[in-house]
Amino acid sequence: MTMKSSTRQVDGVTIVDLSGRITLGEGSVVLRETVRDLLSKGQKKILLNLGDVNYIDSSGIGELVSAFTTAKNQGGELKLLNLTKKVHDLLQITKLYTVFDVKDDEATAVKSFK
Amino acid sequence: MAADRVSYTLDSTLETVNNAEETAGRMAAEAGFDDEEIMKISMAVREAAVNAVLHGNAYDPSKKVTLAFECTAQDLIIVIRDQGKGLDASKIPDPLAPDNLMKTSGRGIFLIRSFMDVVEINPSQTGTELKMIKHVHGNPADSKEAPQ
Repeated sequence: MTMKSSTRQVDGVTIVDLSGRITLGEGSVVLRETVRDLLSKGQKKILLNLGDVNYIDSSGIGELVSAFTTAKNQGGELKLLNLTKKVHDLLQITKLYTVFDVKDDEATAVKSFK
Repeated sequence: MAADRVSYTLDSTLETVNNAEETAGRMAAEAGFDDEEIMKISMAVREAAVNAVLHGNAYDPSKKVTLAFECTAQDLIIVIRDQGKGLDASKIPDPLAPDNLMKTSGRGIFLIRSFMDVVEINPSQTGTELKMIKHVHGNPADSKEAPQ
């Protein structure tokens, strides 16, 4: 299953609902282009909802890091929402869990943006 | 139980990466691993296949990837070979080092080592052989990595 992405606005925050796999190839490209597109439009408060992301590989992890860094370098904020256990565990073992701002409640996550 | 062995010769394509992952998941299920272990094994094989296709063979259509599975009563043994320049494992940076934490690549071998019980990287002038072993019933006495 490839990755699907859709965006919605909630109180000035762009929530990106992702589903499927973030892996080398299509999934990583979709994520990269989605984040770049949002930033180019000035939408710099980005919440990636990973609740329906059932698989991520090292390329996908790299893409999350890239998205986080790109947003930060452009004065934006990128946070993660609703990690599945698999993604949570991967971010733990790669020591990235504490690097990302990870939320498990959408309303709280939206309010947390500056 | 007699050993079951199967091997594949694959093109250096992204499709090979997906096929290797799927085959590994199927083999792990047949070997009796639970869902979490199946995920780890299939992901390790995916990362190994990515290394072989991208970094080893560099998508060269003239170069092949070979993937072999052997299931014994004790172990699932997976060997993947490429025809690249040979991977020098000693030069792989630690992805957990503070300077490397925010890099966008370089976590594949780390994940393989995290998910498998034994990992051997054998580079040569004709390519790299990556051997991964997962113990069927687990064995706490075993180390994460075999001696080089």
